[in-house]
Amino acid sequence: MTAQQLLTGNAAAAWGARLADADYIPAFPITPQTEIIELLAQWSAHGEVPARFVTLDSEHSMLTAAGAAAAAGARVFTATSSQGLLYGCEVLYTIAGWRVPLVLVNVSRALASPITLEADHNDILAARDTGFLQIHAETCQEIVDSILMGYRLAEDEQVMVPVLVNLDGFTLSFTREPVTLPSPAAVAEFLPAYHPRHAYIRGDKPMAQGTAVLGGAPYSYFRYQQQRAQDNALTIHQTIAEEFALRFGRRYDLVESFQLDDADYVLVMSNAFASKGKAMVQWWRTQGRKVGLLRLRVVRPFPGAAIAAALVGRKAVAVFDQNIAPGSGGILYPEIAAALYHEPRRPPLLSVIGGLGGKDISAGEFEAVFQHLERIASGTTVIGPLLLYTQQERDRVRTLLQIAGKELSA
Amino acid sequence: MTSPTSPELESIQTLKQIAREEFILPGTSICGGCGGLEALRLAAKVLGPQTVFVNAAGCFTLLATFPYTPFKGSWLYTTMASAAAGAQGVRDALDVLMARGKLPAKDDVEVVVVAGDGSTYDIGLSATSGAIFRGLNFWYFCYDNESYGNTGMQMSSSTPYGARTATTPVGIHSQAGTEHGKKDMFEIWRAHRPAYVATVSPRFPIDLTNKFLKAKTLRGAKLFLAHAPCPTGWLYDPERTADYARLAVETGMFALKEAVDGVVTHTYVPRRHRPVEEYLQGQGRYRHLFEPTRNDAALRQIQDQVDRYWAGVHETTGAAR
Repeated sequence: MTAQQLLTGNAAAAWGARLADADYIPAFPITPQTEIIELLAQWSAHGEVPARFVTLDSEHSMLTAAGAAAAAGARVFTATSSQGLLYGCEVLYTIAGWRVPLVLVNVSRALASPITLEADHNDILAARDTGFLQIHAETCQEIVDSILMGYRLAEDEQVMVPVLVNLDGFTLSFTREPVTLPSPAAVAEFLPAYHPRHAYIRGDKPMAQGTAVLGGAPYSYFRYQQQRAQDNALTIHQTIAEEFALRFGRRYDLVESFQLDDADYVLVMSNAFASKGKAMVQWWRTQGRKVGLLRLRVVRPFPGAAIAAALVGRKAVAVFDQNIAPGSGGILYPEIAAALYHEPRRPPLLSVIGGLGGKDISAGEFEAVFQHLERIASGTTVIGPLLLYTQQERDRVRTLLQIAGKELSA
Repeated sequence: MTSPTSPELESIQTLKQIAREEFILPGTSICGGCGGLEALRLAAKVLGPQTVFVNAAGCFTLLATFPYTPFKGSWLYTTMASAAAGAQGVRDALDVLMARGKLPAKDDVEVVVVAGDGSTYDIGLSATSGAIFRGLNFWYFCYDNESYGNTGMQMSSSTPYGARTATTPVGIHSQAGTEHGKKDMFEIWRAHRPAYVATVSPRFPIDLTNKFLKAKTLRGAKLFLAHAPCPTGWLYDPERTADYARLAVETGMFALKEAVDGVVTHTYVPRRHRPVEEYLQGQGRYRHLFEPTRNDAALRQIQDQVDRYWAGVHETTGAAR
């Protein structure tokens, strides 16, 4: 049985957990993620899922309970957003170090201050170095599929690392899209029940987990093991992607190439706004402009080789960061630049920042980026980051500032 | 939340009835004379081998230092603030795995939080409050040495009035050292209506053993505050741990009590309390109350507080003084 339904991104995430047959779902509400846990709570209450659903007292507790349950041998799903991800950040490092598999969905929402609700990626990228794998989804379908692939990846003996699946708040969390839900039987073949071999708590096989180490040598050894696990995940992801494509007919690579074959110019984007970029690429193509798009999907491990392969030889590349590291610029830009550094035919790069706090990226802004790319390709040096903002937005904020008795600063 | 899981276990009357088998083996990196470890050792004799100790950052985190563990049972170090949430995750996981036929019931374990007072009284209180509120069936063992001991004896909200710590030094503006009184964790816990809450002392092993035996018959949160004399932090000779543990109780500064479903019983009431000075004197953390000059006001305040506490106890129980 394969059913297609109109699902929000949040409902798709809940279905991912349901199809994965999770044993345990610790939860804590936060906008815009809450619909996920509400759905799971309902299903659990009605006996539609066998999972135990428990509301914790904070994300810090929630993530500890999630990791501890995984350390006890259960298949665990949980979800959060934004401030919640940061509130639990200590625990992200902790449970990644425990080397326990679980899937955590983050519904991206910009960080305070100022406090707001709509998406950007400073939350998920703050978890960049925690040791979690990260898969960033563009569509509601991809959310379900990435959760299922995420469990396979997390539970692989060569990986044994928790996975974060990211989706954008509002733009995806509350947007209904047609989603094909695979049958539970088909999922069970792709993702069999979890039989813990490395992390469990049992009366007959006592084990100490999360123990202290003294000195740099054992500490470094275990940290290097995390690096190795992420390296392994690059290859294993591709094996899983092939099997997933064979079983379900949808193929997900580490990165997605869109109209790249003959592209002179490339936009590098991620998450839901990549759909906006793709729409622009299609429009530019009707104008005879050779533009393509590279969508970052697996962000940890960072697929540097795949990115370099997609970008070498292009006339110019714009890296869109929907985040800002004040004092530096975009967070992903230097990672892309590093991936290209050793390539003799590396393209000139433009760092672009846009879409903060859910701000739209308009056709006009994409057009401005394209004009910059043409100038760069013809030898002009453009020093980024380019901070996208429209005249209309400027006027709107000027009005707000006037009400607050302030003037627009330069 | 209380519902018996097994018939009332026989309470013991003599030391010889305490199990000889050890479940926490010697040779750890914990300080000699640690009162907290002695209390945990006695508790483990009741808990048995099928346990998982879920730990918060503190002195006892060093008990399991890779690749060694002194425990016959399992161990999971979490964070400083969320050991009770870790217990929640483990308990829930074991329950759901058993319910789904993925774990045989014989391999179930007792889930025991082990945390110091810094975690218990301060940073981890919210997580513990949540676990008790949710009716989690677990044990909580706080080794209370009345300070952030592992970091070198800084004030926690368990540090008693008059004790000097590294962050409450004695000076012109604070002649008592710590000016706050100790947070009343027993009452804070009891206000949650856990199945069981008790104080225990390593120098009162029969009382301690009987409390763990009683709690073993109950489902829900089973919470213990263990008085943990600390030679390293309180500045006395390690061989005197047993003396200070006993004096804390005999002076009435540390009351041995329990509450089942919220009803408090004092399990040991000395016929006559000894003066608090007998407990305070000789501990380096209280030395400034005696030298170079006696701080009579502070000493009176400590004695008055103890007297007031016990006057209240006698009033409610109607016991003769």
